[in-house]
Order: sequence, then structure tokens, then C-alpha cells
Amino acid sequence: MGLLQFTEKGIYCKQAKVYIDPWKPVDYAIITHAHADHSRWGNKFYLSHHLSKPIIQHRLGQDISIESMEYGERRTINGVGFSFHPAGHIIGSSQVRVEYKGEVWVASGDYKLENDGFCTPFEPVKCDVFITECTFGLPVFKWKPQEQVFAEMNTWWQKNKFEGKATILAGYSLGKAQRILQGLDPSIGKIYTHGAIEKTNEIIRNMGVKLNETIYVESEIKKKDFEGSLIIAPPRSLGTSWQKKFPAYEVGMASGWMNVRGTRRRQSLDRGFVLSDHADWDGLNSAIKATDCEKVIVTHGYTNIFSKWLNDKGIETQAESTEFEGELAEVGQGKEDKEA
Amino acid sequence: MKDFVQLFNQLDQTTKTSRKVAVLKSYFDTANDEDKLWTIGILSHRRPKRSVRTALLRVWVAAEANLPLWLFEESYHIVGDLAETIALVHPNLESKNDKSLSEWIQFIIDLKPLSDEEQKGKVLWVWNQLNEKERFVFNKLLTGGWRVGLSQKLMTRALAQHAEVEENSLTHRLMGNWRAETTTYNELIESSNPADQLSKPYPFYLAYALEGEVQELGDVADWQAEWKWDGIRGQIIIRNNELFVWSRGEELVTEKFPEFQELLEAVPDGTVLDGEIIPFQDGKPLSFATMQTRISRKNVSKGILKSAPIVMIAYDILEFEGQDLRETPMLERRRILEKLVQYQESNKLLISNILWVNSWEKLIEVRTKSRENNAEGLMLKRKDSTYKTGRKKGDWWKWKVDALTIDAVMIYAMRGHGRRANLYTDYTFAVWDDEKLVPFAKAYSGLTDKEIKRVDAFVKKNTVDKFGPVRSVTPELVFEIAFEGIAKSSRYKSGVALRFPRIHRWREDKPAKEANTLDDLMRMLDEFG
Repeated sequence: MGLLQFTEKGIYCKQAKVYIDPWKPVDYAIITHAHADHSRWGNKFYLSHHLSKPIIQHRLGQDISIESMEYGERRTINGVGFSFHPAGHIIGSSQVRVEYKGEVWVASGDYKLENDGFCTPFEPVKCDVFITECTFGLPVFKWKPQEQVFAEMNTWWQKNKFEGKATILAGYSLGKAQRILQGLDPSIGKIYTHGAIEKTNEIIRNMGVKLNETIYVESEIKKKDFEGSLIIAPPRSLGTSWQKKFPAYEVGMASGWMNVRGTRRRQSLDRGFVLSDHADWDGLNSAIKATDCEKVIVTHGYTNIFSKWLNDKGIETQAESTEFEGELAEVGQGKEDKEA
Repeated sequence: MKDFVQLFNQLDQTTKTSRKVAVLKSYFDTANDEDKLWTIGILSHRRPKRSVRTALLRVWVAAEANLPLWLFEESYHIVGDLAETIALVHPNLESKNDKSLSEWIQFIIDLKPLSDEEQKGKVLWVWNQLNEKERFVFNKLLTGGWRVGLSQKLMTRALAQHAEVEENSLTHRLMGNWRAETTTYNELIESSNPADQLSKPYPFYLAYALEGEVQELGDVADWQAEWKWDGIRGQIIIRNNELFVWSRGEELVTEKFPEFQELLEAVPDGTVLDGEIIPFQDGKPLSFATMQTRISRKNVSKGILKSAPIVMIAYDILEFEGQDLRETPMLERRRILEKLVQYQESNKLLISNILWVNSWEKLIEVRTKSRENNAEGLMLKRKDSTYKTGRKKGDWWKWKVDALTIDAVMIYAMRGHGRRANLYTDYTFAVWDDEKLVPFAKAYSGLTDKEIKRVDAFVKKNTVDKFGPVRSVTPELVFEIAFEGIAKSSRYKSGVALRFPRIHRWREDKPAKEANTLDDLMRMLDEFG
């Protein structure tokens, strides 16, 4: 039996009686990051990174029992050492390193390798067994540097502004929205946010993290005021009556799925930008290599294909099914948390 | 080709037709004549013939990208588009070449006679010259099957604006047998007397489906009703002692229907007929399934001519004695047509009879007999109408009967392609045969995006077994499947094949046990097959 095992409640450490990102209620949950599919409701106790804690509390209630740690800090439970290491996915996102009697396992949660200039960049952690996501575990997924994507977005926003239109850009409320906000050129025009994003921004600002200026889309704002501005909105708000507030506009979406023409067209978007908070094909492969691990366990994404690829390359790999959703929520296919 | 790639991306980035037309017009305004000609060719499905086998392309690109072939194939399966998958996995990101569109197409045409090895060298060279977006477009030209998301109608509109010619006459010019390889832009669009007018069909007038009550059309006396035949819409052209058969999809299908050659004798020169080509024997239409066995074959064998005989049921005449009749009112055209069909001797040409009724109520009753007459419903045409171009509201309506339906259990699911690559969207359905479920149809359209998501979640949580891309699931969900026809078939275990099966609605109110049975299906086969 391994140090961590996959049970119907989640990834379980028997020795410490602790779960990582459980999908059913447990006594002790270690949380990699604050996205809804990883930090779920109903656990008796939560342990997260400092920067995840206020977001989790906002989503699950101030009355939950939660503690937090810094990256690199260690907590020992019944002889098992747990520590957080930057995953680079969103603010506060962590890989969980688990050590017992010299054996080291790392559960990655979600991660990306590119430094997005906002959250703490990914750091590879040496281990014996690496539990990894593979949301984009196909060789067709290759990301361009974010500078290039932001430049494309800026050009598009400017063009829309020139035509007197508003620009609606959709991205997940927690993570993508802030990355867009910090990446785009605020000198082009005003930046408005949907309520779900503004709430997340407020929590992040309250933690002392600086974000560019945003204006919450309130009902009193006149249609005309939106002309030439950028509106950041969660994907689930697209195609709803919420959009009626705006004058003529174009709609874009930022997601790794936009790399495939089919998913782009399915959304009937004006523009799809390939920008993901998950590792691309090369990223997954190099992250795995950097761990020096002996064994890989893949949890969500194209698990069958990716594990066969690794096994064929001589890296022992198994696929486990979990209830993590990866970036599905990005294209409106997951269950994005309404409040966050 | 950079301008063409940009055109493609701009067309791809918008869903608004006015914008598409504007983008295409501005491309035409700056492109040279060869590129314009090829763009028209591509957008009207006249690409050069495929010159390289796609099986080879897969092997080549997998090797170039250092991927095992199976991984490339899996990726292709999920992306759903070969040209795109190749473009994405190939490592080169830099654009190093700027041949024009027509130069690349010539390059592709020149590949045709080369050996596999020579082709390989050239194709690998190209892939390495182009960035991802350009590579995608090149691959599309190379492999074919390109849906650009721009109808021929919109293309014609943009071209009409660019060339400053009238849209309807341009539509007519663009029809027929021309190829970009053998004509010039000037000959096709600008010259006053195009060389190959001979084979050119007229643009088809297409009917909209009737909405609302039939009584709203006004006085029944102003309308003519006919059966809506279930066959292939076609035009037969007899000019200069040559005969051409065109399908509605603008395909020249003369060779598929050798029976019609005898009309060269029977029908006067300078005639164009519009009608339905249907399988027909002993004075009666046969089911469309008979036709399908015939059109799916490459060669029309003697056996097929015998087992699937066809006729043309003409319902309109567009040209007579070399004169374009499209502006002549329908009653008058009908009189000419009746005379022509009556006095000719071929039994391959029939006329679509008019259903005489004096009230809408009577017509509603007649319509209920559609299936017995192997018709899909009724066509309603205004008696004084001219023959219009394309789909126009007002004068012609199709009034189909409701589809047949059956409640079935979903037993297998497959991931969708392309647009739905992340979701289980393709399902196989079964009916009960005692305690067993017998699969009888596949369907994938008809659910809303929300429903698809829920079914997808169900599939992922209720997978019993996986074989390749297919998952078998707990037989629990019941769907009402609608279809247009039913015929005997050895392809499914059930022994029947459905025509146009699609999901009509999700029967969340029905437990799997209450779905229909194989006996029910057989009864439908007896009645409508």
C-alpha cells in the first residue's frame, strides 16, 4: 500500500488520516487551491496556503475550521511531514509534498510552468511518486508565451474601442480574471468586472495583494459608459441577460481549450485566446522529468492517453479517476462556484 | 498566402454574416485574379483533387513531431480535424515563406504524379516553412473537406459587390461545370459570353418550412399543392444534344443516372426541367432506402439499374426552346410542362400531379396520407409565382408530416468530434427484445447544450466498460428518437435502418423498462418500410 491512496472520498494518507482535496466530506482536508473542484464543502478541518484561506472562507463560510501555512513550512501529523510548494496555477495554489520515513510523494493539484507575473511561480519538487493532473495531456496543446497573447488581446481591445464597441473577455473568476487584469494594458481604457470577479478581487486586495483598478458593473452605469472599455466576465455569464447592459460589443474567451478550433467555434465567440493556467504538453512532460520520480499517477484530463505515453517512454504510470474538473469550467462545462 | 490565411482567420472569428461579406469583399479588392479565382473555387467546393494520401500525412507528421503514431491518432480523434491536428503537433512556429494562394495550389497539384518519397520530401519542406495557422490552411487545401463557415450565397454576395455585377446573374455564372484549373477569373466573372454555358443549371429555388397554420396563406384557390417526394432534387438539362443531370448540392450526377439518356430523344432540345429523382417501380414510388443503395456506389451496375430503377418526377420547367422561363408565372410554366411530359414517350419522365382540393381542411386531410404515398408531406406553391433564386420566403412552402418516433435506451456513448471534443455526445440507442437490449440507431443531434452536459456527466459516472473511444453505460436514460423512414438492413443487430434518426427529446419521465420494444420497431417496418 502506498503512502497515498485513491479512495472514494479522495486522495488519502492512511498513516496521517488526512485527505488531499477530498470530494466527499472528511475530518481533515489539505487543500491545494481554492477552486471549487479542489476545495469542497463539508470537511471538519481545512489546511491550506495563507493566500488560499480567505478565498476558501469566503466560499465555504467564515465558520469553517481552517488553518494555513507558508510555502516550505512543514506540518507533521503522526510522523508524516506535509508541506506546500508553489504550483503556479492561481494565487495560493500549492503542490502538497508528503514525506514519511524517507519516502516522498507530491500531489500537484493543478499547475502551470510559465511565470504569469502574478502568482508564485511553479517550483519542481523531487519525489518518488508524482501525482499529476493532465488536463491538456495531448501534443496538440502548446501554449505561446503570455506576452504574445496579451499583445493580441490589447490589439483586439484597441480595435473594438476604435469601432466604439465594448470588449467582453471571459475567464474563470478566480485566477484567469486576475491574470487578464494584470496582463492587459490599462491605459487603453476602463476595466469593468462582473460581480463574481469583483468579489474575488476584493478578497485578494484585502490580503494586501495589489491589482489594477477595476469598476464593478452596477445597474446604474449607463450603456454609453461601457463603449471602448473592457469587461471581464466569468464564462457562465456569457449568453445571459446580464449582457444586455452593454452597448455593441465583441466577446472573447481566454482558455487553453481555445487552441482547438472546434471548441472555439462551439462558443460562437468573436475571439478565442489561448491562455491557460494549466501546463501544456511540453510543460507536463518537463514537470514530470524535473521531479526525478520513479512513478507517476495521473488524475484528471486525458489520463488514459497520457499514462500510455509515459509508460511507453519507460516511466511507470497509472491513471486514477478523481472528480477534479481541470479547465472544463473555463468553457462553461464544469460547475463553477457561483460566489467565487 | 498570408492574405488568404488572414482572410480565413477573419471569417473564422466572426459569426456575423455582414462582417463576413465585408471581409471577403475587401480580400477580393486586393487579391490578384488567380488568387480570386481559386478562392471562389475553394468556397464553392471546387478544390483540386487530393494529391497525397492522408494515411501518409499522418505517418510523416508523427515522425516529424517525434510522436508515436497511436498518440497522433488519439489526438486527431479528439481534435476531429486532420489538417488542424497536423498543424498543431508540428514543431515549427515560424513563417519563412510567402507564396501566393494560387502558387501553393499549383504546388499541391504538382504533387499528384510524384512518388511517395518525393511527395514526402516536398510536404515536409512546406510544413517547416509555415507557421501553425498557415500550415492549417495549407493542409486544408491538401486534404480537402473544408467547411469555412461561409455559404456560397454569401461568397457570391461579396463577389458581386467586388465585381459590381448583379448577384443573381453571378449565382448563375458560378454554377455548372467550371474548374479553376481550366478557366480564368475574367472568363468566369467578366466575359460576356462564357464558353461553358451549355451545362449550367439554374440556381434552385428552395422552399422554407411552413410555420403556423396553413389557413394563414390566404385563399386556397391561389395555391397549388403537390406531394413532397422523397428523393433527390435535380435539374435535367438538354441543350445542344447533350444531357446533364445536376443535384441540388450542385453536383453533376449525369453518370449516376444513365436511364435519363433516353430523354435526349424524347424531349426537345433547349429544355431544363426541375424535379425529384426518385426510385420508382410498377407505377409506384419506392422507399428512399432503395435510392441510398444506389447513390452510395461509385459505379452504376446492371444489377443496380434493375433493383433500384429511377424516374424523374418533374414539377417545373425553367427553360423551353432555349428560353429562360423563370420570370413566367407558374401556371403558365405548368401548362408548358404538362404538354411536354404528356407528348413525350419516355417512361423515365413523369409529372408531379397536382392535388386538387377546394379547401384547406381537405388539404389537411390529404396530407395525412403522405406516408402511404411515399411522400414526406406536401409542397405548396403560389400559382402566380416566378421561379426565384435560392431560399426565399413567400411563394413556395414545404409542409412535411411529423416524424416517426420511438422511445429508446442509451447504451453506448462516444466523445464528440471538433466542437464537442470534451463531451460524450454521440450515442447508440437500443430497444427491448425480452430482457435484452438490441441496438438499432446512432444519433447525436437534438439535445441542448445543457442537456448534453448532463448526459456527459451521466456517462462519466456510469461507465460499465470501455472499448477504445466507446463507453458502454448503465442502461438508464430514455430518449425519444425521431426519424423520417425505416427500412430493412443487415447493418444493425435489430435488422432495421432508420432515415435521419435524431434525438427528439429526453424522456426523463420514463424508466428504461418502459422504452419501446423490437416488436414495436418491426410493426413500424411493416407499416412504413
